[in-house]
Amino acid sequence: MELNYVRTTCPYCGCGCEMLLEVLDGKLLGTFPAKTNPMNQGKLCIKGWNAHEFVQSPERLTKPLIRKNGELVEVSWDEALDFTASKLKEIKDAHGGDSVAFLTSAKCTNEENYLLQKFCRIGFGTNNIDHCARL
Amino acid sequence: MTNSIAEIEDSQCVFVIGSNTTVAHPLVAHRIYRAKAKGAKVIVADPRRIHLASIADIHVSQNLGSDVALVNGMMNVILSKGLHDKAFVEERTEGFDALQEMVKNYPPERAAEITGISAEDIVRMAETYAGAEAASILYTMGITQHTHGVDNVKSLANLAMLTGNLGKYGAGVNPLRGQNNVQGACDMGGLPNVYPAYQVVTDAGNKQKFEDAWQAKLSDRVGYTVMEMMHGLEDGSLKGMVILGENPVGSDPDTTHVKHALESAEFLAVIDIFLTDTAKLAHVVLPGASYAEKDGTFSNTERKVLRVRKAVEPVGESKPDWQIICELSTRFGLPMAYSSPSEIFDEIAKVAPSYGGLSYERIEACGIPWPCPSPDHPGTPILHKDRFTRGKGLFHAIEYRPPDELIDDEFPLQLTTGRYFPHYHTGTMTRNSPTLHAEMPEGHVEINQEDASRLGLKDREQARIVSRRGEIVSKVIVTDSIDPGMVFMSFHFMEANANVLTNPALDPICKIPEYKVCAVRVEKLEQVQAAAAAE
Repeated sequence: MELNYVRTTCPYCGCGCEMLLEVLDGKLLGTFPAKTNPMNQGKLCIKGWNAHEFVQSPERLTKPLIRKNGELVEVSWDEALDFTASKLKEIKDAHGGDSVAFLTSAKCTNEENYLLQKFCRIGFGTNNIDHCARL
Repeated sequence: MTNSIAEIEDSQCVFVIGSNTTVAHPLVAHRIYRAKAKGAKVIVADPRRIHLASIADIHVSQNLGSDVALVNGMMNVILSKGLHDKAFVEERTEGFDALQEMVKNYPPERAAEITGISAEDIVRMAETYAGAEAASILYTMGITQHTHGVDNVKSLANLAMLTGNLGKYGAGVNPLRGQNNVQGACDMGGLPNVYPAYQVVTDAGNKQKFEDAWQAKLSDRVGYTVMEMMHGLEDGSLKGMVILGENPVGSDPDTTHVKHALESAEFLAVIDIFLTDTAKLAHVVLPGASYAEKDGTFSNTERKVLRVRKAVEPVGESKPDWQIICELSTRFGLPMAYSSPSEIFDEIAKVAPSYGGLSYERIEACGIPWPCPSPDHPGTPILHKDRFTRGKGLFHAIEYRPPDELIDDEFPLQLTTGRYFPHYHTGTMTRNSPTLHAEMPEGHVEINQEDASRLGLKDREQARIVSRRGEIVSKVIVTDSIDPGMVFMSFHFMEANANVLTNPALDPICKIPEYKVCAVRVEKLEQVQAAAAAE
């Protein structure tokens, strides 16, 4: 059995508390506050203390889904990605890049936000990209 | 935030307005308690008697949407008593004369009339705030989510500049960001008007710079904001949409309209970790990875860039979102071949000057706040130290405007919205967390005893809440933490979501919806059912 503690940043509010995720053999067991971070100084709120709980929830999406006959059904990554790319291309070719819009995410990493806005801007020649900063 | 969180505890006055800090930002609230223990005065302006009100030296309940009048009233007092920082105003600002003229219209008596706060309290607030050596303003969506949200923010900036509370330790104008990486999503150019690091898309030089960096043809036209996207889907100008890790069905105002808009899309793809109400409407759903299953960075509300580290493998066949975007782009015909998030970060540092000196190596031990333009730059905890970005700080003479939707006979109560301590946003994460769900398994509407009695409502009874946009059924909590004439709800619970009711009217500049004020009525459920049965 292998027990590890991985230092990372809380996924909830904008405080940016650092915490340690407790991992036993690939499963998340718990969350502990990082004492070395000058912001949270070894403290977390109730959401932070439980930040590991939703990660391995049975409700998580585990496979790509495509709507077929009105229902979302599980498909392979290849099918889902090819379908998405071809639909986006089809719409861009028929109606122009400004007919597509992207919502990027205040929950995702900087790197992911950077890539999505880059894909939107270079792939479609549009600035139709926003996220929930106002919400 | 113009200043860092740690500084708050050394502030001599903390002015909290439109922020339920103990609930939404507990680790910031912690610093407010410390400041109080060190002798700071705490001023809380919030329409509800939130927990911070109980430790405040001054707590006032302003009428919903009256913040501009309150701040103008405070500035009127400060100027008439000569409490402003004359040297700061002289050396570092412009537009003072126009501000001074405008503020004359807001003697405390008039501000009192608009805000519902006593003139004496407005004078005390002004004296306390202006009298402190370093005073910090903290705010959140209570200030911004209005049709005059930009006016509210500019008014607070006026107040801070007038008293020299910018560019120094323990002071500042400090918006507390509600989401872990809302700062970063903005920094990265996840906005329709700017490239990464707020370089505006309408500037020819910026466009050229990014065309060179990305080897692509770009648009210099400002794109749609989220609410405009919803309108675009409805009027057919938008055909396709890709949504990464967001749940607009739960988080946008006027849910019925948002659902209709998304259902109108010819093609909707959603990348998420749960099957949210938004994902349920999609044509394709791609399973992303959570924060614990990937590497990357978040930028917190202090602009500090912090590491996110992979602890476990993604569940099932789910993948880190950055990989999904790379694969999608490649299949679209634009190959993206990044081998790791750190490689993407290095590209960000090249095109975003404020991130220019940052790398995974530098932020390994502890995050660094931007601007950090070069590898030897230590980062910038306090903004505007010697000069403002534009040179001199500009005062804006701003008059009070009422909220978009006012009460009437049909909708006689005002609804305002917010968060509860165990939950977060649309509940996607917290309601899938057994411990947090157990703390608060269902939503409710808070109502004052006086209104409850008049409506014949008892504590914990089910009631119907109706606005011009829709209706929901929710449990009533009778409480004296809210004044008569007003009710409060959260937007955590999709089965009784306040956003079915909220008003999608937008601020004309930043296009933020007016979540914080709309008109509703509350009805006893039995009467509604009896009337329905009689029909």
